[in-house]
Amino acid sequence: MEFAITTLLNVLAAIANLALISSGLAVIFGMMRVINLAHGEFIMLGGFATIYAARMGINIWIAIFVVSPLFVAAVGYVLERLVIRHLYGRLVDTMLATWGLSLALIGAATMIFGNRVEGVAAPLGGVSIGQYSISLYGQVEVWVVLVLFAAGYLVLKYTEVGLVARATMQNPAMAASLGVNPSRVYSFTFCVGAALSGLAGGFLAPLSGVVPTMGVAYVARAFITVITGGLSILVGTALSSSLLATIGTVATLFTTPVVGDVVLLVAAIVLLRLLPKGITGSIFRGAP
Amino acid sequence: MTISRRAMLQVMGGTLAVPYVARSAFAADPIKVAGIFDVSGGLDIYGQPMVACLDLAIDELNAAGGLLGRPLQLVKYDPQSDIQLYTQYATAAATKEKVAVVFGGITSASREAIRPILHRYQTPYFYPALYEGGVCDRNAFMTGSTPAQTIEKLIPFVTKKWGKKIYIIAADYNYGQISAKWVRKYARDNGAEVVGEEFFPLDVTEFGTTISKIQAAKPDLVYSLLVGGNHMSFFRQWAAAGMSGKIPMASTDFGVGNEHIVLTPKESNGVIAAYAYFQELDNLENKAFLSRLRAKFGDKTPYVNELAAETWYAVAHWARSVKAAGKLDRDVVLAALEGSTIDGPGGKSTIDPSTHHCKMDVHIGEVKNHAFVVLESYAQQAPSDTAAVCDLKKNPNDNQQYVISVGN
Repeated sequence: MEFAITTLLNVLAAIANLALISSGLAVIFGMMRVINLAHGEFIMLGGFATIYAARMGINIWIAIFVVSPLFVAAVGYVLERLVIRHLYGRLVDTMLATWGLSLALIGAATMIFGNRVEGVAAPLGGVSIGQYSISLYGQVEVWVVLVLFAAGYLVLKYTEVGLVARATMQNPAMAASLGVNPSRVYSFTFCVGAALSGLAGGFLAPLSGVVPTMGVAYVARAFITVITGGLSILVGTALSSSLLATIGTVATLFTTPVVGDVVLLVAAIVLLRLLPKGITGSIFRGAP
Repeated sequence: MTISRRAMLQVMGGTLAVPYVARSAFAADPIKVAGIFDVSGGLDIYGQPMVACLDLAIDELNAAGGLLGRPLQLVKYDPQSDIQLYTQYATAAATKEKVAVVFGGITSASREAIRPILHRYQTPYFYPALYEGGVCDRNAFMTGSTPAQTIEKLIPFVTKKWGKKIYIIAADYNYGQISAKWVRKYARDNGAEVVGEEFFPLDVTEFGTTISKIQAAKPDLVYSLLVGGNHMSFFRQWAAAGMSGKIPMASTDFGVGNEHIVLTPKESNGVIAAYAYFQELDNLENKAFLSRLRAKFGDKTPYVNELAAETWYAVAHWARSVKAAGKLDRDVVLAALEGSTIDGPGGKSTIDPSTHHCKMDVHIGEVKNHAFVVLESYAQQAPSDTAAVCDLKKNPNDNQQYVISVGN
C-alpha cells in the first residue's frame, strides 16, 4: 500500500516534469509553428540563471520563479529579434537556424561557465510515507505545473491577450487588418515560451544539476510530448505528458530505465499512428 | 694586414660549423612524448587533472636534465571527448611525430580505440585510468587500479560495517556492466547478497522510480558505479528524497569526477570509496608531490584523484626504464619496464611483468566535508583479476581485452 502511494506520487512527479520541460516548446512550436531546436539550451540557461542567482544570495525560490524566466525571456527576445522573426513560416530554415543557435549557446555557456556540472542543493528535503520517503520538491513541482497550466488556460480562453495571441497565430493577416501588430504578438509569444523554458530549467537545477550540454537530454522528449499532444497546446501537452510519463514510469518500475525509455517512445509512435494529428487533433478538438 | 686564403677558409668553416656543434652540445634533439587526454567536452573533469600531472612529471624530468642527455618535448592532443579524434591523434603521434611513448585515454572505449593503433606502430602506450580489468598487450601498460585491487577490499569492509544486502546501481556500458559483475563476485565471496541491480544509460537524469525501488528492496548499502554529469543527479535526488545517511553508499568511482566537491556535504558525506590514491594520504612523498603541483599551478591546482596520480606514475615508470635501458629502443625499454618499481605519492607501484598492470597500495576513504578521510590502507595489492586470463611471459603476442568470467 505504501509502495503504491509512493509510486503514484512518483508518477505524478514524472508527469509534472515532462509537462514542465515541454511547456515552453508547446508555446513556441505548438502555437507558433517554430521548430525550436534550441529549446534544450533555453532550459540550460534557466538552470544556470537559478544557480548563479542562488550563489549570489538570492532566495532559491525567487531565483527559480523570477530570475530564470525573466533572464531566458530576455535572451529569447534578443534571439527572436535577431534571428527567428526573419524566418517565420519557413520550417526547414528555422530548424537549421535554431540548431545553429543551440550549438552557439552550448559553446557560449561552456566558455562562460566551464564544462562541469554545477548545482545547488534542493530545498525542502523528503517526506516519509511509512517506510518510504520521497522528495517534497518533486511534489511541489506537481502543484507548480497545475497552477501554471490552469493559469495558461484561463489567460488563453478568457482574456483579450489570449484571444489576440490565438487569433494572430491562426491568421496573422486577418489579425493585422483588425489593428493587431502581428510582429509584436509573435515577439511576445516567443518570450513567453522562452520564459517557460527558463522556469523549467530553474526548477530542474537543484534536482539534476546543470551542465552546458544538458539540453540534449530534454529536447527530444519535449518534441515527442508536444507532437503527441496535438493542436491544443495546453490540453494536449497535459494529456500527452500524463499518458507518456505514466507509461514510462510504470515500465521503469517493472523493468529497467532503458526499457522504460523505449516503451515511452513506442507508446508515442503507436499513438501517432492511431491519432496522426495528436491526441487533441482527434479528440478534445477546440480546447486551447 | 693580409689574410691567407687558408685562414679565411678556416674561419668560414668554423662559423658554419657552430650551429652543429651547439646543437649536439647544448640542445640535443628533444625526445617527443605524446599525451592524449580529453581536456574539453564531457570528460574534461577527468582529463584536466591528468594533464596537470603529466605536465608536472615532464617539467620535472626536464629540470633534472631530461633523459639520455636529451630534453623531453610533450606533444599534447585534446580529443574533446570524441573517440574518432582519439584514433586520429594516436596515428599522428605514432607516424607524424614519431613519439617515443604515448600517455592517454580516459574511458575504456578511448583506450580500446588507440591501443591497437599504438600496438601496430610499436609505440609504447600507458593507460593511467582505473578500469574494469582484462587488457593483455605487451605494448601497453596500465597503471590504474582494477576490481581485484579495489572492489575486493571495499566489499568486505562495507559489508562488515553496514550489512550483507547490496543494491547495485551502475552506468550502462562496459565499465559499469563488468564492474557490477565483480561486485557480485566479491559479494558472494564474502557471504553477502545482491538484492537488486540497475543500469542507467549515461543520459538518464530521472531517478525517482529507482529510489523507490531501492527503498522497497531495503538493502543495507547501495553500491554505486554511476559515471558522469547526468548521473550526479542521482545523489541530489537521493538527498532530496531524504535518503542521505539512511542507506549508506559505497563506490569505486565516486570522487574521481569531483562528485564529492560539487555536491554539498549533506549530499555526499559518508560515501565510502576505495582507490590506489587519495589526495588526503598522509605521507611525506605525497605532501612533497602536492606542494610541487601547487607551486606549478597555484590557484589552478586541480583536486588530485587516482587517475591524475597514476598519470604521474606512468611517466615515472617510463622515465626510470629509459634511464635503465640507456636507449629508446622499444624492446629494451619494454624489458626494463617489466618489474619497474616507483615510490610515489600513493606508495610503491611495481609493474607486473606478466600482465603489465601494477601491484600497488590500495586505500579506503570516507567522504567528509568535500574531502576523503583515509580509513584503511592495504599494502601491495596484485592485479589478480587480469592475471587470471593474461600471461604475457607465456604469450607475448597476446593483444586483446578479456572479459573475465566470474561465474555469473
